[in-house]
Amino acid sequence: MSVSATSLLVPALVLGLGTYGFRVVGPLLRDRFTLSERVERLMVTATVVLLAALVASAAFIEGHAFAGWARPAGVLVGAALAIRKAPFVVVVLAAAATAALLRLAGVP
Amino acid sequence: MRSIWRSLDPALARDIALVLVADTLVGVSFGAIAVGAGLPFWLPMLLSVVVFAGAAQFIFVGLVASGGNPVAAVLAGLLVNARHLPFGFAVADTLGTGWRRLVGAHLMIDESVAFALAQPGQEQRRRAYWVTGVGLFVCWNVGVLAGAVAGTAITDTNALGLDAAFPAVLFALVLPSLRDRHARRAALVGAAIALATTPLLPAGLPVLLALAGVAVAEISRRGSAQAQESS
Repeated sequence: MSVSATSLLVPALVLGLGTYGFRVVGPLLRDRFTLSERVERLMVTATVVLLAALVASAAFIEGHAFAGWARPAGVLVGAALAIRKAPFVVVVLAAAATAALLRLAGVP
Repeated sequence: MRSIWRSLDPALARDIALVLVADTLVGVSFGAIAVGAGLPFWLPMLLSVVVFAGAAQFIFVGLVASGGNPVAAVLAGLLVNARHLPFGFAVADTLGTGWRRLVGAHLMIDESVAFALAQPGQEQRRRAYWVTGVGLFVCWNVGVLAGAVAGTAITDTNALGLDAAFPAVLFALVLPSLRDRHARRAALVGAAIALATTPLLPAGLPVLLALAGVAVAEISRRGSAQAQESS
């Protein structure tokens, strides 16, 4: 194996191991102690907040900068449909189609 | 596994299948972009098996392809993936015990967590988590392999609007949880923190800082509990 291959193989494995570490800590610790109802609720709220923050970043940001208008416009259409209880399929396809059509029309 | 597929609500199975198709296409683009950037053929496939987290994989490949330090690429990827730590505590009960817990932990991604969160009961949560996780693991890896082999067929998934589909998927799944007024406040504050800090901080950190929003939910809950007591 060449040096350059090793220099990529090891980092890739380390990233995989570290990520698995993050993933497995919660499930492994879960049996060790029973959580109060309040802490259980905090965990669910934390997940909701993390996912909401992911929605916001993924909708508006590319790298460290504004992603352009096509993407947030698509997400907004999808979100509005979701709030109006449209089927999931409609939400997802409408979001993608809005962004794709806006880009086709020249909106970045 | 087959029995889980069969026992899944058909509407939920269809929703999950749609997300699998979209993520497969993103996987194809990831494989094509990594190989197109001059990285060895095996790297995107290895990352997809051992890391199995889209955002971190794109950042890792982007950094090493542009000649960045591999150590920095690992740290950037770990920072982006740190959100799986709180996810793990939230979904711990849905994984099962023994080997299921160890395997299930690796299937923890935004989509499997979000699909589980959106289900009303424990048993449905467990099914949604496993079907999304296993399905995405297979589809993501097949997609990345196809992209690495076929090259530049699909490199611009933005032209298909798939970059708008991902946040819309998460929003639709998180929406039932936002009916709770306190959770909604927390989510709004968290999202605002993440957006405001994104230009200044490395990727991954803004989303973690959003967790400060959880305190808002607690304060708001305590406030309304006190108001109820005194009235």
